[in-house]
Amino acid sequence: MSESPAPQPFCPSLSELFRAFALVSISGFGGALPWARRAIVEQKRWMTTQEFNETFALSQFLPGPNVINFSVVFGSRFGGAAGAAVALAGLLGPPLVIVMVLAILYERYGDIEILSRILTGITAAAVGLLIAVVAKMAAPLFLKRWNSAPVFALLAFAGVGLMHWPLPYVFLGLAPFSVAFGWFER
Amino acid sequence: MNQHPLTSLFGYFALLSLFAVGGANAAIPEMHRVAVDVMHWMNDRQFADMYAIAQMSPGPNVIIVALIGYHVAGFAGAGVAIAAMCGPTCTLAFFVARTWDRFKKARWRMAIQAGMVPLSLGLIAASASVLARTADHNVYAALITAATAAVAFFTRVNPLWLFAAAGVFGLSGWL
Repeated sequence: MSESPAPQPFCPSLSELFRAFALVSISGFGGALPWARRAIVEQKRWMTTQEFNETFALSQFLPGPNVINFSVVFGSRFGGAAGAAVALAGLLGPPLVIVMVLAILYERYGDIEILSRILTGITAAAVGLLIAVVAKMAAPLFLKRWNSAPVFALLAFAGVGLMHWPLPYVFLGLAPFSVAFGWFER
Repeated sequence: MNQHPLTSLFGYFALLSLFAVGGANAAIPEMHRVAVDVMHWMNDRQFADMYAIAQMSPGPNVIIVALIGYHVAGFAGAGVAIAAMCGPTCTLAFFVARTWDRFKKARWRMAIQAGMVPLSLGLIAASASVLARTADHNVYAALITAATAAVAFFTRVNPLWLFAAAGVFGLSGWL
């Protein structure tokens, strides 16, 4: 990990915010987070690594898409409600246009044998990527000394992944206990 | 129930977003349950295709809800789905961000954070299992999944290369 220099004390304008997040969104394949970190911490230096991590931790614990939350939290810090709206628009606008084009193509040509074969291969790989993400997230939780986290992770997995219970029930059933353990475990 | 499709899209995604701790990937099983099993908007295979398309395209993973919305109700469906998925949680994020820093050292804040981490991990793992069941219907597909997982875990290869390789395997007709 390289130390990032202190951010310059200046405030990005709304159009800079929009452009930064639009750029992050179109370069971010397989999730926009690493690109957001690169642009904001390393290139623009709007935040230090630590500020970025803390801001991102907040957007991760909030429900909903993480990077979307991040753009709102980040944008509002620099430009209030307008900043939040502009950052969000930058992050969502360009990918929406691209994906709508793909959606039109898929609805029209999705049944073509060659395309559906290629998609089958890509889907298998996309699942593999997701498994790697899970493994990276799980490693620190399962390698620590005994704590309740792996138990709750397994329960959430079993409820939604194996029993196919509705997410709201599983979440509301587990969250109070998980947070209670978070309170008493240090 | 004979709701207008836009109404059901909005209702489902708005509700879903509030429980999606861990982001869009944590919500995949619920999207699958609703879109395939409950509402019969699409079949297993179409759902898996849309996941692949969303992963291949640049931008946040949540973009899959626009694909589902488009499939159900065209452009209006896409717009409604993405607005429902992002609107409530963005509003929440906006207001929480203003107060959160004040409670940096508060014990309840750390408890909530600590409590959410395992849940989001479990939910994302559930997504992987639900998707694997729809995508890996033979040994070759399962092997591609396993190989991609290993390469992505141990190296920092750009995922686009993995998609390209897997696409070529798919084209070969083994899958």
